[in-house]
Amino acid sequence: MNHSSIIRASALEYVRGVTSGEFTAEEFLSETLSHIEEAEARYNAYLHVEDGQKLLARAREIDRGIKSGQKVGLLAGMPVSIKDNICMRGSRTTCGSRMLEGFVAPYDATAVSRLHAEGGIIVAKANMDEFAMGLTTEFSAYGPSRNPWNTGYVPGGSSGGSAAATAAFECVASLGSDTGGSVRNPASFCSVVGYKPTYGLVSRHGLVSYANSIEQIGPIARTVSDAALVLGVIAGRDEHDDTTADAAAADCGYLEGIEGGIEGMRVGIVDEMTEGADPEVARAVERASKDLEAAGASCERISLDMVGYSVPSYYTITAAEAASNLARYDNLRYGYDLSVDGYEFNSYVAEARGRFGPEVTRRMILGGYVSSAGHAGRYYLKALKVRAKLTREVADAFASSYDILMAPTVPILPFRIGEKSDDPVSLFMVDLNTVTANLTRRPAVSVPYAVSAGGLPIGVQMMADSMQDKTLLRAARALEKRRAPLPEVPD
Amino acid sequence: MSRDGGSGSGGADGTAAPRPVIGLEIHCQMTSLKSKLFCPCRADYRGMGPNENVCPVCMGMPGTLPRLNAEAVRKGTMIAMALGCAIPERISFFRKNYFYPDLPKNFQITQLDMYGDTCIGGRGSILVDGGAVGIRRVQLEEDPGRMIYEGASARNRISLVDYNRAGTPLVEIVTEPDFEGPRQLRLFLQMLSDMVENLGVCNPALEGAMRADANVSLEGGNRVEIKNISSFHDLEKAVVFEIARQEAQHSRDLEVVQETRHWDAARKITIPSRLKEEEKGYRYLLEADIPWVRIDAETVESLRSRMPESVSEKRERFVSLYMIPPQVADVLSSDKLYSDLFDAARTDRNARELANIITTDLMGLVMAAAATAPAADRDAADGGDAQKKKRDDAASDVISVDGLRELADAVASGNMARNSAKQALHEMAKTGKSFAEVSSEMDLGLVSDESELLGVVQSVISEEPQAAKQASSNPNTVNYLVGKVMQKTRGKADPQVTLDLLKRCLSEG
Repeated sequence: MNHSSIIRASALEYVRGVTSGEFTAEEFLSETLSHIEEAEARYNAYLHVEDGQKLLARAREIDRGIKSGQKVGLLAGMPVSIKDNICMRGSRTTCGSRMLEGFVAPYDATAVSRLHAEGGIIVAKANMDEFAMGLTTEFSAYGPSRNPWNTGYVPGGSSGGSAAATAAFECVASLGSDTGGSVRNPASFCSVVGYKPTYGLVSRHGLVSYANSIEQIGPIARTVSDAALVLGVIAGRDEHDDTTADAAAADCGYLEGIEGGIEGMRVGIVDEMTEGADPEVARAVERASKDLEAAGASCERISLDMVGYSVPSYYTITAAEAASNLARYDNLRYGYDLSVDGYEFNSYVAEARGRFGPEVTRRMILGGYVSSAGHAGRYYLKALKVRAKLTREVADAFASSYDILMAPTVPILPFRIGEKSDDPVSLFMVDLNTVTANLTRRPAVSVPYAVSAGGLPIGVQMMADSMQDKTLLRAARALEKRRAPLPEVPD
Repeated sequence: MSRDGGSGSGGADGTAAPRPVIGLEIHCQMTSLKSKLFCPCRADYRGMGPNENVCPVCMGMPGTLPRLNAEAVRKGTMIAMALGCAIPERISFFRKNYFYPDLPKNFQITQLDMYGDTCIGGRGSILVDGGAVGIRRVQLEEDPGRMIYEGASARNRISLVDYNRAGTPLVEIVTEPDFEGPRQLRLFLQMLSDMVENLGVCNPALEGAMRADANVSLEGGNRVEIKNISSFHDLEKAVVFEIARQEAQHSRDLEVVQETRHWDAARKITIPSRLKEEEKGYRYLLEADIPWVRIDAETVESLRSRMPESVSEKRERFVSLYMIPPQVADVLSSDKLYSDLFDAARTDRNARELANIITTDLMGLVMAAAATAPAADRDAADGGDAQKKKRDDAASDVISVDGLRELADAVASGNMARNSAKQALHEMAKTGKSFAEVSSEMDLGLVSDESELLGVVQSVISEEPQAAKQASSNPNTVNYLVGKVMQKTRGKADPQVTLDLLKRCLSEG
């Protein structure tokens, strides 16, 4: 890489460096911005980069604050990015869709205002599959992002832009959203840490809904500790989101105790999530369990019968919720220019909605069908039953035997751009290991673990019980510490 | 056709038509709340410019979430309790999905009993005019925005949407089809508007604050839903019309079509709805953005203790505690302005006289004063509010609580005749003087001095020899003579003293 190595700093290194005067926030940001300019031609990780002069002015403010001994927040001018389905006042929020091409958010998401309050500098809105539906970013209306490990490959999705940008040093950390693996999947493909919090830990106010009963905003970062730092900033009770957990339970300070190790913890490796995996991926998980045992954990195999039904249940529920959540995009109150000549509501809405891309259209039609009066009993209500049974099974596993459930984050290796885009059903199965955490509202994390013989990243997923986010971060940190050194992302 | 139509018992044979079956769905805006159901915008949007009472939440902007108004839950619970409903342990919300331009999210957040009883209230019952009316459920939901159409013809019609109303908290009350006729319907609606006003939920005088749809059928026949009824007054007319229409169909052996009809207020008839009946495909989904709300016994008890006295409880208190005649208590208890005035000026001794003064004289005076008062300087859009305020102002102009109490005390203690009290009240209203001033100026005090009255009594006896003769045998004639004495004294004679004097004089004579 041609740029100075300071922008490769982890979040913790950044905070230490900038507060100790090793470098200034302005220097760091300026390096990051010029790196973005050069890197974007290769990765297309960002949809919009914010105005550089304004950002630099804020960095200078932070620098002045540091010099004069004022509080500059936990992030102290750190350049971060956010997925384009998170609203930021005055900034375009397209959700990777042509439907919201010119939409400028009139308010800040809670996660955004908390990043700002702790001195975070949001440099860009990251690319994503349209309305977060997809796991490759190929469904972005603005072109796919590319995997920094091999630009012929997908970065995963739907938060593919956030993961690629973080892996390629276009930011120190990023916020993604995870509905069925959308933070963990691209984190695994790009060899970064992707964290999906317990449902209700992070406010969804300002996160454009896709499947509101299961999705969460989550940090993507280069280390487990960095993810913990960012999580602490954005987590907690929010009066704008009635589903957020009480302040006491969602106490920040996720870095606290993170080096506590995994000794004495019981880890279950889920059969249903490893059996069909790519051999290289399966071997990585085996090695990971040996690492954990060496660190004092006890690992054993566990079977969760309901996991086999999780993907159909997930797609049924998310499609039904998506059809409802995306119904508001009728182009009446905001949206793009569309002639109202001969206006009639139903035909106008039908035409306006023609701007949705293929995957969104597919899921909305599916969602309307599975929840309709004649078919809900066979599909939607059955999916809810599966979800309830799966939740019971997972809750029992945590209650009786395990602290952590482990599996590959994705059962296969990253694949080429275009390789699976014509086969939606085989793409759906890529979600097999990630959807359980969403359906059961448990926290889960993808930790970079290895790189395949072909130079492609492999991530390991860990899941913990509800509100056991600190335990999960501690276990993830233990794995990160024990794993064999990983190669650097290629230039 | 009615179910027994085939058996030949149709109206054509002269058999009486089956009895009407009427049910109601009432939408009541919670106008007395500070904010909308899911955001901080105002619950009462009246008098504001188009789309001024909106925010990202009620406009359904991307990424916004509903935040449940806790006061709406409390007030909704109170209404449910007042309607005799069971309060569920916890309530949930659902999305009713359909596309319409007045619906910012293209779904409405409402309540449903899909997973057990999770509406704010259900299975209630209330006594109306001697008959029980079942309450199927009470639910909270958001009002949509308002469509306004401009342009002369359908071709160049412009559709405008005002979202000021979108998200206004509504409580929907669904009754069982228990109404036996329009009279019971009218009494129920009156009772309901008194109730919601009394509970501080809604000002029923505001235009559009209370709306109702009616379901009408003849027993065993198809059900017709009547919509577009803008006032309770029209509701009764619409139901009367619809019953007559269905009975006419029945008598001609024609089947009543199951349909939605609209009330045409100008022509005073119901007409088939122009919109085609769409399949009820609302794809109800649990609203996951609003966690289930637990309503524990403690909450219910504390709400119950906070509930103001209901109109029927008030009526009961007036009758049993103050011995006020039931008809007077009906009138007094059903109007908050006067029942509040009564309670403020009441003492144990003056209560009966006070009730009498308010219902026979004061109400008329206030009505007249309000009618002649200059139009309040308020926006026309809050017509109902302005009118109510005008009446309240008129009442306080006519008499003060103290003045009213002194007046009633004077009558109750026998110091003033009822007739004189009436004159005094009119004088106080006209001049704004105090009771003391008026009673001394007008010499309205009761004449109970025997020596003063004796002359009058004697002159009446000599002027009415016929009556005086009959009086010994007919007590009604004595009353006639008392009336004559009253006439001569302009109502100031103490009736009891007059009667005693008359009796004495007649027996002596």
